[in-house]
Amino acid sequence: MLLARVVGTVVATRKDDKLVGAKLLVARTTDPSGKDEPAYVVAVDTVDAGFGDRVLIVSGSSARMAVGQKDCPVDAAIVGVIDTVEMA
Amino acid sequence: MLLARVAGTVVCTRKDPGLADTTLLVIQPLNTDRSPSGRPLVAVDSVGAGAGEDVFYVRGREAALPFLPREVPTDAAIVAIVDHWHRG
Repeated sequence: MLLARVVGTVVATRKDDKLVGAKLLVARTTDPSGKDEPAYVVAVDTVDAGFGDRVLIVSGSSARMAVGQKDCPVDAAIVGVIDTVEMA
Repeated sequence: MLLARVAGTVVCTRKDPGLADTTLLVIQPLNTDRSPSGRPLVAVDSVGAGAGEDVFYVRGREAALPFLPREVPTDAAIVAIVDHWHRG
């Protein structure tokens, strides 16, 4: 799973029927210290994350195991809002 | 499956119900000379690994299989703690 930070929202009117009602967020991947990396991903939000939150993103076919994503055409889902990352 | 070293822990209070009671660890993938390979990622622990330990992990949809019959939405899971490894 990826560490990321929510940096924006995506609005799409015309979309796959299975995506109706989905909340789509733009997230920038970060390193464990929270520093932004260049890569970003559009992910469906299942945990009500907000702008600026550090989040956990599951990608690939596993994203469909997130709540409510069964048989949905998604390959990235936000499955957690991060409180802390502690490095050894 | 790939080798990695456990580098830290992630705490999420708000998360997908499938991730409840799981341990989320930051792992750093390793080359066979034990140097870091690529960027760290977050994996769900299925074997009780701890910080500093060498482990191997599985990626993709298969990462959810150690937790069956629970459906854990993850794309990376630690499936073994490495005692030692040898590169010929």
